[in-house]
Amino acid sequence: MMSDTDTLSALQQQVREAFESTSPLAITGSGSKSFLGVPGKGTPLSTSDHCGVVSYEPEELVLTARAGTPLDELEMLLTEKRQMLAFEPPRFGRGATLGGTIACGLSGPRAPYCGTARDFVLGTRILNGRGEYLRFGGEVMKNVAGYDVSRLMTGAFGTLGVLMEISLKVLPVPECELTLILDASASEAIDRMNRWAGLPIPLSATCHTDEQLYLRLSGPEAAVAEARKRIGGDNMEEGKSDFWAALREHTPGFFNGPESLWRISLPSATPPLPLSGEWLTEWGGAQRWLRSDEDSSRICETIAKNGGHTLRFRAGAKAPEAGPPRLSGPLLALHRRLKQAFDPAGILNPGRLFPES
Amino acid sequence: MNPVANNSRSWQPDDTDREDLLRELRRCLAADSVLSDPEALAPYECDGLSVYRRLPLAVVLPETVEQVQAIMRLCARLKVPVVARGAGTGLSGGALPLADGVLLSLAKFTRVLEINPLERWARVEPGVRNIVISESVAEHGLYYAPDPSSQIACSIGGNVAENSGGVHCLKYGLTVHNILALGIITAEGEYLRIGGLAPNNPGYDLLALFTGSEGMLGIIVDVTVKLLPKPEYAQVLLAGFPSLGAAGTAVGRIIAEGIIPAGLEMMDNAATRAAEDFIHAGYPVDAAAILLCELDGVEAEVTAQTDKVRGILEGCGADHLQTAIDEAERMRLWAGRKAAFPAVGRISPDYYCMDGTIPRRHLAVVLEKISRLAEEYSLPVVNVFHAGDGNLHPLILFDANREGELAQAEALGGQILEVCVEMGGTITGEHGVGIEKLNQMCVQFPEPELRQFHAVKAAFDADGLLNPGKAVPTLHRCAEFGAMHIHHGKLPFPELERF
Ligand SMILES: Cc1cc2nc3c(=O)[nH]c(=O)nc-3n(C[C@H](O)[C@H](O)[C@H](O)COP(=O)(O)OP(=O)(O)OC[C@H]3O[C@@H](n4cnc5c(N)ncnc54)[C@H](O)[C@@H]3O)c2cc1C
Repeated sequence: MMSDTDTLSALQQQVREAFESTSPLAITGSGSKSFLGVPGKGTPLSTSDHCGVVSYEPEELVLTARAGTPLDELEMLLTEKRQMLAFEPPRFGRGATLGGTIACGLSGPRAPYCGTARDFVLGTRILNGRGEYLRFGGEVMKNVAGYDVSRLMTGAFGTLGVLMEISLKVLPVPECELTLILDASASEAIDRMNRWAGLPIPLSATCHTDEQLYLRLSGPEAAVAEARKRIGGDNMEEGKSDFWAALREHTPGFFNGPESLWRISLPSATPPLPLSGEWLTEWGGAQRWLRSDEDSSRICETIAKNGGHTLRFRAGAKAPEAGPPRLSGPLLALHRRLKQAFDPAGILNPGRLFPES
Repeated sequence: MNPVANNSRSWQPDDTDREDLLRELRRCLAADSVLSDPEALAPYECDGLSVYRRLPLAVVLPETVEQVQAIMRLCARLKVPVVARGAGTGLSGGALPLADGVLLSLAKFTRVLEINPLERWARVEPGVRNIVISESVAEHGLYYAPDPSSQIACSIGGNVAENSGGVHCLKYGLTVHNILALGIITAEGEYLRIGGLAPNNPGYDLLALFTGSEGMLGIIVDVTVKLLPKPEYAQVLLAGFPSLGAAGTAVGRIIAEGIIPAGLEMMDNAATRAAEDFIHAGYPVDAAAILLCELDGVEAEVTAQTDKVRGILEGCGADHLQTAIDEAERMRLWAGRKAAFPAVGRISPDYYCMDGTIPRRHLAVVLEKISRLAEEYSLPVVNVFHAGDGNLHPLILFDANREGELAQAEALGGQILEVCVEMGGTITGEHGVGIEKLNQMCVQFPEPELRQFHAVKAAFDADGLLNPGKAVPTLHRCAEFGAMHIHHGKLPFPELERF
């Protein structure tokens, strides 16, 4: 049975009161991603009861659901129609909701080939920091009326508005999917991931770990078969194809250890970098994971020098500093003004994404 | 805080102020890059929506980022409004100058700065024409996917500012899906870099916010675009249908079958005839509607999908079905569609192009409503349609030399857009609001949303100097529009000169 309840009026009331009394709210869905970034401070405002699918039109490739709808429910519904959320959002816990997924803006292994969360957001309904219920974008693929506030909400961690309803573009499940495994060093793997992405090969995920390169191919049978011949390597055993789901959810052994887990974002062809620790490379070389106790400022500086940036995803047992601030100068000032524009009293998840004063 | 009030300007120049501004502009850049005689200004008086024309105080043609910064600092100090202009092909009056403002043309920024074939991106200046990007990277087997029909002329900066689409955006996305980073000069003249070559940029998705912002938030001075591998093979199917409804059903079926064609375009009978007369593409001129469906990929894949799509088209009642026998025929079939606007230009002294988007399932109803409105206004409407993503381009035929017809055409256009909103769609899919659709913005968005837009604008441009008066209507205007809405045939901008 799908959940279906509308708690708009209660939530709106709560935000209005918070606005009037300037008291901060900590927006939560299921809490599955509360480990990310700076913890929220304030009275909890839970969107998890505001749930249910508002509309789903498989022929239009559009789905609209309330923020509290569990991702698992959405995926069940989509699977029935052989469709999917192509950005493969990670759950990181039971009960992960659509609202939290879009607010955190995280995407899975298919992202570099199909698009990240924001690429699929068509419209949102939000409560801004004054408690006004606003609608941006819509349920159509092309829409340039007004600023693209819906995509702006993606990855804003609720600091600009409480996400209430989200319309997403969905895609058909590929006809055929298989994973190939090849032996490769890190630098060979990075080179191949990049070269193959420049050829008409239906890549849908890539990962390098433990001297092995994993490549997922997705598409019509004929396209996958031809690419398979071109690439070579071994087929991953049937049934092991949940390798990618496990990677997405950070369940393989790699992700578990006492060290801090860093998410490293880089221009995709950057060669392996001399930072000690365990590396896993995905997204065609553009997203890498480093498990390391190395000094955080050294990590951040090294990555910045290579044109990338870092996020300490999970703090290790030794929990070194999280690194220098991720935003500064005129860009930080602009972020603060935008925050003001949506949330003049500064009550929505203050400080969750960047220091607001 | 009242963000709307922040947008007020205080530049009300007299002749001395104008002279002073021109003198100072000539200090920022070479004298021949500052135009001020009416004759030199004339080519800049309008964009592709030529019913609105106005001369700016000055046109500036900088060629370095530093010059753009100097111009913006000067204009910020004097509170002079600035309108950016790319190639001027926009169809909503977004690049229409302001009478006492500066028109900043990016036409001299035409360099491809860097190409990285391995990482599949190119960094280019904003004045680079869309098609030049694909031409410049073709030797690497790569291309830039968004392909507006105006691609030989329009600039990448304009594409970003409008979030332009093309016939291939159903499968490959719009501009917003195909860019990585922008260099921006703010209203104060500061350089900001947003987005980047690495994913997961910290902070808000300013890249998305900037895309489609119609020159209201900053001047784009460099664009890094994503490049895709060129598909090995492409095939196009042409189908003729006895009714628009049947063609619409076929579109939904194809997508429900899990096929995302590279392009899926529809034309009604009138558009088909006009295109056929002009290009001789071999279209069935008796069909009520034709569909063009392009499939791309490796050859075996395309062949398999072509068979599948053929079956679906037949099942939906197509009575003309044709697969291009070679590349020349494929190009010819597309040429008819790509030339649809000029083809319509041959059958009518003037035409007015609309750009609404609707949920596709309502296609038949919307076209029915459009044809009823067309009758009511006694103006023919021809329909060209990015069918895959629900983006309609009704072309209203009129003759501007006939007293009142332009006003009638504009009123009809407004009504068509309102039908799109009523059916759950939007007033603009890719051409932007500009000055043209300000009234319909009042229909699509209630006051609190409009206020929110103004607040976003103020966060970037507190003095309201960047392209003021475009894209988002003032609340005052919407109130007035609400009051006069019932009277058909009123000119939306009586103060503007029209031809
Ligand atoms: C025949 C024809 C066919 C067309 N087909 C399509 C189509 O298929 N799809 C589609 O989407 N559009 C289409 N268009 C519309 C138009 O070509 C696009 O909107 C295009 O992106 C405009 O680019 P431009 O360089 O001409 O911009 P301009 O018209 O010069 O400017 C457009 C807007 O962008 C702003 N701007 C321009 N450059 C910058 C910059 N560097 N920084 C900040 N703001 C800037 C301007 O202020 C203005 O608001 C068509 C137009 C014509 C005439």
